[in-house]
Amino acid sequence: MSALEPLVIAALLVMAGATLLMRAGGFWVMGRVPLTPRVRRMLEALPGSIVAAIVLPVVAKIGPAAALAVAAAAAVMVLRRNEFLAVAAGVAVAILARSAGV
Amino acid sequence: MIDDRPGAPPFWSAAGFAQGVRLAAPAMPVMALFGVAFGAFAAQKDVTLTEAALMSAFMFAGASQFVAAEIWAHPMTVAGIATLALVTATVNMRFFLMGASLRPWLGGLPAWQTYPALSLLTEPGWLIALRYRAEGGADCAILLGSGVALWLIWIAGTVCGFLLGALVTEPQRYGLDVVMPVFFIVVLVPLWRGPRRAVPWAVAGVVALVAAQLLPGSWYIIAGAVAGAITGGIHDERA
Repeated sequence: MSALEPLVIAALLVMAGATLLMRAGGFWVMGRVPLTPRVRRMLEALPGSIVAAIVLPVVAKIGPAAALAVAAAAAVMVLRRNEFLAVAAGVAVAILARSAGV
Repeated sequence: MIDDRPGAPPFWSAAGFAQGVRLAAPAMPVMALFGVAFGAFAAQKDVTLTEAALMSAFMFAGASQFVAAEIWAHPMTVAGIATLALVTATVNMRFFLMGASLRPWLGGLPAWQTYPALSLLTEPGWLIALRYRAEGGADCAILLGSGVALWLIWIAGTVCGFLLGALVTEPQRYGLDVVMPVFFIVVLVPLWRGPRRAVPWAVAGVVALVAAQLLPGSWYIIAGAVAGAITGGIHDERA
């Protein structure tokens, strides 16, 4: 443990503030936009859209092992509805796929 | 999906907080693992243990912490702080959209109940809350309970990872690099409401794939998510 420089403390606080602004900002803004049926449909589509937008490019970047892992995890999740088992299956498939040279 | 019509009016209770902690349990190993990975990464960069622990406590946002650790430097400069602020805001812009998606559910509650929970918002916590809401739950303390539990695990994981340091040098060998996408897919499954409701997801995924080739940093997430939301907005329910 070392003493913190004043500018390091400033950097940590600024990063914390920027993160907090994002976390609270969207919720705050939506309170000032009227919740029409269209806005509601947009908000309903948002969660799955965020997940898809995060996952697909990452899978494409990592390659076929990630695609197999994701497919295996989704299959286990559909069949068993157990997050733990599904994540474990996905990671195991990735390890197997790589040792098989995929 | 978030849907107020069948859902009960929102409320807030200590029992909900405890249930949030329990619901976070399946996500805890993953959270701890990510914390360890961040700590180990930070240990190899120009970041001290105190700084890494404080980043985890103050930010609680893995992706942006990785980027911050990457560009962290001693001595810190004002220009460095400006860069860190911009990068942090950009990488964490997805929280803006996640928070927006919680408005239909939490909107009716007083600010002192919603903003503390929002300040600990993360992907797993958000997904846990969404699933709980989709299954008919209304207790908003779920969000705070899971948030606090995951936050503590995250800080503990960071410190352990920093101390273990060089042990995680080859993340691919242990499949650690696929943990993130796998976890996200697993939480997407319970949100499934038939192919019609998934059209915006497909649009979001394709737009993000294209945007990842064209835009710098994490902008592809924002581009994909916004495209998906717009698709959902113009997609007529009765068509």
